[in-house]
Amino acid sequence: MATDGMNRRQFIRVSGAAAAVTATGIEGIIAARQAPAYAQGTKLHIVRWVDFIPEADVELKRQAPEASKALGAEVTFEFINANDVQPRITAAIQSGAGADLFFMMYNWPQLYQSSLVDVSDVAGAVAKEQGGFYGVFEPSFRVGGKWLGMPHSIVGNAVAYRKSWFKEVGFEQFPDTWDGVRKAAAALKKKGRPWGQTLGHTFGDAPTWAYPLLWSFGGAETDKTGKKVALNSKGTVESIKWMQAFWKDGCDEGGLAWDDTNNNRAFHAGEISASLNGASIYIVAKRKKDQIKDDKGEPMFQDIDHALYPFKGGPGQYPLYFSNGHAVMKYSKNQKLAKDFLRWLHKKENFEKWFQVNEGYSVAAAKSWEKHGMWAKVDKPLKMFQTAARNTRIFGYAGPSTGKATEAFSKYIIVDMYAKAVQGMKAEDAVKWAAGELKKIYEG
Amino acid sequence: MKSSAAGGATGVEVALPHPSPTRAGRLTRVLDSERALAFMLLGPAVILLGVFIAYPFVMGIWLALSSTSVGNVGEYVGLRNFVKAWNDSIFQTAFRNTFVYTFWATIFKLALGMWLALLLNRHFRLKRIVRASMLLPFIIPTVLSTFAWRWMFDPTFSVLNWTLYQMGLIVTKLPFLSDGTYAMWCAIAINTWRGMPFFAITLLAGLQTISPELHEAAALDGANAWRRFRHVTWPLLKPVTLVVVVFSVIQTFSDFQLIYVLTGGGPANSTHLLATYAYQLGVASGLLGEGAAISLFMFPVLLLVVWLQLRYLRRMEGA
Repeated sequence: MATDGMNRRQFIRVSGAAAAVTATGIEGIIAARQAPAYAQGTKLHIVRWVDFIPEADVELKRQAPEASKALGAEVTFEFINANDVQPRITAAIQSGAGADLFFMMYNWPQLYQSSLVDVSDVAGAVAKEQGGFYGVFEPSFRVGGKWLGMPHSIVGNAVAYRKSWFKEVGFEQFPDTWDGVRKAAAALKKKGRPWGQTLGHTFGDAPTWAYPLLWSFGGAETDKTGKKVALNSKGTVESIKWMQAFWKDGCDEGGLAWDDTNNNRAFHAGEISASLNGASIYIVAKRKKDQIKDDKGEPMFQDIDHALYPFKGGPGQYPLYFSNGHAVMKYSKNQKLAKDFLRWLHKKENFEKWFQVNEGYSVAAAKSWEKHGMWAKVDKPLKMFQTAARNTRIFGYAGPSTGKATEAFSKYIIVDMYAKAVQGMKAEDAVKWAAGELKKIYEG
Repeated sequence: MKSSAAGGATGVEVALPHPSPTRAGRLTRVLDSERALAFMLLGPAVILLGVFIAYPFVMGIWLALSSTSVGNVGEYVGLRNFVKAWNDSIFQTAFRNTFVYTFWATIFKLALGMWLALLLNRHFRLKRIVRASMLLPFIIPTVLSTFAWRWMFDPTFSVLNWTLYQMGLIVTKLPFLSDGTYAMWCAIAINTWRGMPFFAITLLAGLQTISPELHEAAALDGANAWRRFRHVTWPLLKPVTLVVVVFSVIQTFSDFQLIYVLTGGGPANSTHLLATYAYQLGVASGLLGEGAAISLFMFPVLLLVVWLQLRYLRRMEGA
């Protein structure tokens, strides 16, 4: 008997495929050689940031029809400004309607924990298959033993610098200590080539500079319990004093008003000699080599190299990178489909294409990708990103990275502690101010 | 039903059409009822006000009195959010900034708007084109024009710094947005640039209602331009000016877009306003209750401004 254009055999085949998918997820889809039976017209809406590497978004857009075909539902990506992602998430959660999957950064799953679906099954399988996730994801994406965010990638950052300019002031190699960097920056600023560093209210370059600076001098926001503020310490004061000297002697003081794109533009325009950034300064300079040139008219990317940040000379070197991923929203009617999509996205052959386009700007969340063949082919300045994600910390240190840590982060308290100090506030007073603000959050 | 036809012969009964209670008749009766008509006419407006003003306002008050955070309903916490905000140094900065920003921007908009209105009230060639083009800053979306200004004040590539440097007026870049004081004055300047046309065009409309004969009479009595302005123009323009100032104070006090785009509240919170800080707490940190409490701090101030203005206008009407 045929009903609505489907005969008995077809019905059994489709329902069998659906059962296989229910039981085995993406493997089931592949085994059944057929898309799962989601209702006709089912759409999966994913909101992500606009990547600093435009080709990465192009690759995801290219993959969308492939995912649609594999999953039997229409997969659509929406790319929005990174600063607008959180407002969109908040509006979606409060109204109970919006995208099925949202891009997550830092420790956002902690903040939105009551509105996110447990994706431990997907995360567990991917972690097992791909060598486990980097340590930073455990405190930031895992809540109460459940993965509420699916780790996807890490954007590492490093100091992009002009090799020839550093050589001109006597540094054949990049000075890798705090003291050495300050001396080099001072010499370069005297030649009208300052270091460019933002201390503005921006989500990327300012906190990824300020937190590691604090940690690497031995400072911490709280003690291990996360309930007692421990900021006012010798290490924190020392880090501020270093920053004050570094800023005055070596930095472009306009950095106080920079967002995450100003340093890229200033670097490419030859206005600054070095800046903490992702690999995008190098990658964009290389991809636009006919437009971005140095003072001799040569492609600028040939004169760019990367150095590890934070520098040596303190008790340790602990960076803060973007720990990125996706979360399935509880209000979504397509939760199962969303999980199937994550499985599809993280399949080696799919993820690999996106991973390679990034050339190290974004590295994988799982460790086995350190061994990928791409690393043998990338340019020398990009090789350092291969293992850069290993030591990453997340804010809230030394306590857990809870919603309170996010509050301190989004109030820019640590960033502003340094910003106030470089504008003339005494180091001890800046620490006192910041500790007072942190106490209202962590101990209030 | 039978009735006597007026003027008809006595004793003769004329059959009139029997009026049936049709739909049209019922509608006429409803429309004839002032009470029902008032409900019908006011109903849509009341619903709109209820949905778009009363509900969000009541919701805002509830949020401010609760521990609601993103995704969590929260519970009643009384005035805790207000107390926490009051003791927060960033809030104190934002509170102070909001007054400074509103005060100076309103003063500049009023002074320059009045000056512009007086100029535009004169007869000159291309008057209409000039009047229309003057509205441009007001018409362009705030986000767009603020982006343009941000480029002009850019710490590295500022065209203003470049021009001043080329003219030999400065030797080092002016820290337009990287110094807190400069950044606040930049924001005030942009707000003035944007809001001045509203003042000018409204005051111009007010100026045009003043009879030229009054000025002629004052001139014949020997009054110079300043005395004519002070004793003729200003008293007649005062009610319009008050209304414009109140509108402007309300808009400037609750400004968000300009600061959000220009500085994001930085450097080091030196340009945060109540609205931007409330957004940062409510949206970025997910603390909806605390964010709502901060935005509600604006309410008593604005209420006071509106009350004073209405009181003044009523007194003037009574005079």
